[in-house]
Amino acid sequence: MSWTNANILPWLIPVPPLIAFVVIILGVGRYKTLTHITAIAAIALSWLFSFAEVLAAFGTHDLGTATGGIFGNSFTWLSNGNSAAFGSISMGVAVDPLTSIMLFMVPLACLLIFIYSLGYMNDDPRTTRFFAYLSLFASAMLVLVVADNLLMLFIGWEVMGLCSYLLIGFWYEKESAYKAAIKAFMTTRVADVIFLIGIAYLWASTGTLNFRAVLSDPSVLHMLGTTPAIGGLLGLTAAGVIGICIVIGTIGKSAQFPLHVWLPDAMEGPTPVSAMIHAATMVSAGVYLVIRMYPVLSAGGNPEQGIYSAPMVLMAVVGSFTALFAASIAITQNDIKRVLAYSTISQLGFMIAALGVGAYAAAAFHLITHAFFKALLFLGSGSVIHGMEHGEHTVHAAHAVHQGADAHEIAAEQGTRLEPDAHGDPAEHGTTPAPVFDPQDMRNMGGLWRTMPVTAITFIIGGMSLAGLPIVTAGFWSKDEIFAEAWAAGSHNALGLMVFIVLAFAAFLTAVYTFRQIAMTFLGTPRTEAAQYALHNDGTVKGRRINAQLVAPLIVLAFFAIFAGFVGVNPGFWLLGPALAGWPQISAPFAHWVNQGLIDAPTVLPFNIIPVFVSFLVFGLGAWVGWLAYVRPYHENRVRAGEPDPVEKYIGSDFYRLAASKYYIDQAYNRFLVAPINWLSRVFAPQIVDNGVIDPVLNWIAGAMVVIGNTARAFNTVVIDGVSDGIPEALYGLARSLRSVQNGQIQRYLLYALAAAILIGVNLAPAVIFDPSQARTVIVVMIFIEVVLAGAIVYIAANRAQASHGEGD
Amino acid sequence: MQLDLISSIVFLPLLGAGLLVVLPRANRDLARAVAFGFSLVVLALAAYLFIVYQRGSCAPLVLPAALTPVSAGPRVLLPSPAVFQCENYAPFFPLLGASWHVGVDGLGLAMVLMTAILTPLAIMISWDIKERLNEYLALLLVMEMAVMGVFVSLDLLMFFIFYELSIVPTFFLINQWGGPNRKAASFRFFLYIMAGSLGLLLSIQMIGALSGTFDLRALLTTWPNNLTLQGQTISAPFGMSLQTVKLIAFGAISLAFALKTPIWPFHTWLPDTQEQAPTAASMLLFKVGAFGFLRLAVPLFPAEAQQWAPVLAILATIGIVLGALSAYGQTSLRRLIAYSTVGHMGFVALGIAAFAAVYNTILTKTPANDLVELTRSVTLATNGAILQMFTHGLTAAAMFLLAGALFRKSGTDDLNRFGGLWGLAPAYGALLVFTGMASLGLPGLSDFVGEFQLVAGTWWIFPFYVAVAMIGLLISGAYILKVIQKILQGPIREEWQGYRLEITRLELVAMAPLVVITVVTGLYPNWIVTAINATVTRLFG
Repeated sequence: MSWTNANILPWLIPVPPLIAFVVIILGVGRYKTLTHITAIAAIALSWLFSFAEVLAAFGTHDLGTATGGIFGNSFTWLSNGNSAAFGSISMGVAVDPLTSIMLFMVPLACLLIFIYSLGYMNDDPRTTRFFAYLSLFASAMLVLVVADNLLMLFIGWEVMGLCSYLLIGFWYEKESAYKAAIKAFMTTRVADVIFLIGIAYLWASTGTLNFRAVLSDPSVLHMLGTTPAIGGLLGLTAAGVIGICIVIGTIGKSAQFPLHVWLPDAMEGPTPVSAMIHAATMVSAGVYLVIRMYPVLSAGGNPEQGIYSAPMVLMAVVGSFTALFAASIAITQNDIKRVLAYSTISQLGFMIAALGVGAYAAAAFHLITHAFFKALLFLGSGSVIHGMEHGEHTVHAAHAVHQGADAHEIAAEQGTRLEPDAHGDPAEHGTTPAPVFDPQDMRNMGGLWRTMPVTAITFIIGGMSLAGLPIVTAGFWSKDEIFAEAWAAGSHNALGLMVFIVLAFAAFLTAVYTFRQIAMTFLGTPRTEAAQYALHNDGTVKGRRINAQLVAPLIVLAFFAIFAGFVGVNPGFWLLGPALAGWPQISAPFAHWVNQGLIDAPTVLPFNIIPVFVSFLVFGLGAWVGWLAYVRPYHENRVRAGEPDPVEKYIGSDFYRLAASKYYIDQAYNRFLVAPINWLSRVFAPQIVDNGVIDPVLNWIAGAMVVIGNTARAFNTVVIDGVSDGIPEALYGLARSLRSVQNGQIQRYLLYALAAAILIGVNLAPAVIFDPSQARTVIVVMIFIEVVLAGAIVYIAANRAQASHGEGD
Repeated sequence: MQLDLISSIVFLPLLGAGLLVVLPRANRDLARAVAFGFSLVVLALAAYLFIVYQRGSCAPLVLPAALTPVSAGPRVLLPSPAVFQCENYAPFFPLLGASWHVGVDGLGLAMVLMTAILTPLAIMISWDIKERLNEYLALLLVMEMAVMGVFVSLDLLMFFIFYELSIVPTFFLINQWGGPNRKAASFRFFLYIMAGSLGLLLSIQMIGALSGTFDLRALLTTWPNNLTLQGQTISAPFGMSLQTVKLIAFGAISLAFALKTPIWPFHTWLPDTQEQAPTAASMLLFKVGAFGFLRLAVPLFPAEAQQWAPVLAILATIGIVLGALSAYGQTSLRRLIAYSTVGHMGFVALGIAAFAAVYNTILTKTPANDLVELTRSVTLATNGAILQMFTHGLTAAAMFLLAGALFRKSGTDDLNRFGGLWGLAPAYGALLVFTGMASLGLPGLSDFVGEFQLVAGTWWIFPFYVAVAMIGLLISGAYILKVIQKILQGPIREEWQGYRLEITRLELVAMAPLVVITVVTGLYPNWIVTAINATVTRLFG
């Protein structure tokens, strides 16, 4: 593999989807099939490029080390000054070990989601627009991944924000959809403007935004870690302030507390979008950012000795709190996608908390495995929703024809229906009430394993990976890695121990809600008619073709949800560790590979039995509770549709309601943030400040000028009279004479022009007429006069403008 | 005086305007063709000027000995004579010491280019004007001429004359072709700007009287050092302290430009004006005020500017936040855009404040222990202020174009009356989303670049104000999303069924160049930033 190719190739990776976006928007979008081909071909090409790049990267064993260097290429994008010290900004690409694993995951997940969308969005009238947005989304994420500097990363970051806005609000006729879209954009923008300050600060103090120049230069990191912040803010260092700004950026993008509120609402978008946001792009980008910037975030601290910098403490606290908090909400949700949304928030909390205790490789590892199993779960839930809608449709149709025909046949004839309101007449949304039946509500499901076995099996695989079923799932290995690191950190520092305990409890809850979800969705017998007829064209119905577009991605993702974990098995793990470690010739391949991109690569932890035991324990406990509380009752059909959740009985309905209403955070934001801003913008700024203060003050100043002028007239009748009475009268006389010649208003305006010309002339006159010494005196007198005049003019103007404004209204 | 490139750019529109006045009124297409043709030729010349400037292939101008300062003094401004290029010089009013002296630097060049790009588009968008078309188009061309004159003048008196001249066509365009409240709005606009101009005129006169010349290139060296052209120290009249006199002059000049920019709290005329102005006039409200700060106020008064820079920074920050908040609170689309301009120009003003705060330090070589950071930051901020003027000029024009397009077809710009139009007008919707995203500073599009430069460059100098300004940036997202939501999203309102609200072909053609420039500048800003940066670097190098 040639070096030249691998240096240039990353440029090409984001390009095909971008081109696809442009050509679809500019005309290809009129043709559905052509659009589908363009979009799929583009993302497949990106995947191929990435794959070639990843192979080249994996083939370079010392990639990212001081000797091995990285693949990369850049050009000057924004000149500043004429020397290096001025900090011109370059745009470029770089591939180091961390990038390589992202390049392995992102295009693959995107490709699978694209393929799934082919089937899922096929019947939507705006399917071509969907693929345009999706292509731009993928392109932006790939830009972010290959970027060699923070600004280019930020470009991808923000364009993804736009794409998620457009896709969440894809069914823009629906109020809930566009509201969710705006909420997502604005919530993340809160974090983004703070992130932008972090970028600004980093540039101002180092003169560069290039990752390599900042992150691999010990002197820069030392400078940032020791210089006090501007203004000595809270005793932080420069790295502390920059790091906190960056972490806040991630808190917004990766939906961490308190900016997590947008992610659950983002379910308003079509389901493939959820998979895209939750796995391949958006939220992964946030975690990727903090992993990427880890050397700056940890500058000034020494995590191996238990000394944490401020940004790390922030990550540890926010991450672990979010992990627990979101898991507790997930237990109470009934919408199949919302459970997954809170589960994403919780899992991202794991990663961020891990990074907070210095578990660099473990966070990256969990990011990758989570992307696979969460994409799987979302696509699986899409199939479930699809199936439920189909069932509802069938039931509806069967009632409509008075049981005249077999429901199955009708369903097969009519094809599948998309999510609610997807292609209804937009005009009817304003008038008809919301449909009573909710195909996403798990209380309406049950027994779906019978009609949709492929979906059920892959979903259960994804769920087990999420819950951390020991040994056989990817999620177990990455979560175990986090526990091991947190446990090791706990031996130095109470914070590490706190993270360990909180995450362990969150992992327990994860197993519980996963069992609950699986039980409610797939086990027992159908609780509604719709669930009874729910089916998904995964081959179970005779005479219907398997829709490979929907099924194949599930199977591929299920493969990775199981096997992606084996790249990170600790070599000290019983039996499995030695067996796997022999194969790639390096110890703990994943951690080792990712760590070598850091200048002082942390050592891979020795095997420790306690965290592994805890991993087993929390899964086991969670599974046991889940079994008792959900699996058995649902399997034995003891819960009917509309009945309260079985757990509500145990933990008390007050707490249950509190968690189910998401701790009232949305309501708090509306009352304490949104409402005041609305008041400021509608009343305070335009009415009170502009019309209430500024205009009256200007009028008052002008009025004062008139008074001064009148007083001055008494003393200096000659000069003032000449100007304030004589000239205007002469002008009006002139105007009147002009008006008599022609009829029209132009003359009046000529008057103003003339007045301006005269003013200029009068003011120029002294310089011409008098000699310099006298001219000065005259000019000073004229300054006085004209300031008075100017005031008077403004006064009159303001009054007349107000008066005629009133008439106009 | 020989007719050179720059002089042609200034006077060709005037020729076109003269031609339009004498052309027969009946033939509208002829008038349109003439106006459009002239503006296109000017655009071609401006593009040519850009290329010539980038190559540096204009012959350097040697000023007459009488205009060459005798001694420079401690505040040496220009390390090289090549700050201004493609200059032309001819005596104009020797008695006053005024001359026809024009030339461009990176700042002027960006502004000339922006003006040249926007004028043909404004003419195109006015295709449906039927009433007194010739006068209308002539006024547009006069406006182009005057604004071009402001951007290229290197003589204070010429600067002022063009500055005043630019107000007159705007006034008539609003007054004659504006909305229902046009009389009041135009009157208010005219008098506000005139009131500011008085102080500007007097200050310019005083500078001329005290130092014996109006030539900007000479003054940039002598005036900050309190020297006359002949090398004598200037003394103030009446035994007043020179410092006081200069401070007053600086204040008067700044007030004039603050009114025009507009900088909070002098912005209240803008929403009224832009709500009533015809689309073309709104598109062409050029960045003359901010330009004046960068061209005159700060370079001529570095010490005074440094003293008052924190005040400007505070006003700029308030403008950013309150401008964005007010924009969010509006229900009229055009008022909303006008208020958003207040916010955006606040960012430019913040960059100017950073420039003002540091320029004197670097000019006088005052030692500072963070000189490296300071120098690179102020360079970035000043570059950003200029680029933002350019990009915002184009983006705001595109916003007004779209607002005007909707208003023309629907007869209203009340946001609450729209809804769900994306289904009716998909192309219009796409353009509105695109322009809105450019306006809120989406990275990858043009406005972000300047915004980034301003934020990153100003951070080192005014960290607190930058942090507060971020609130404005946040709210700018809110009002753009509000525009998109109110117009495009939600169910289609019954009242618009049957309306043809889709963008017309002509509007599409006018939008296309703006879209292209927005994308190109966003992806590769260096095509213009190299020119701006070369000028700015000479100030701080």
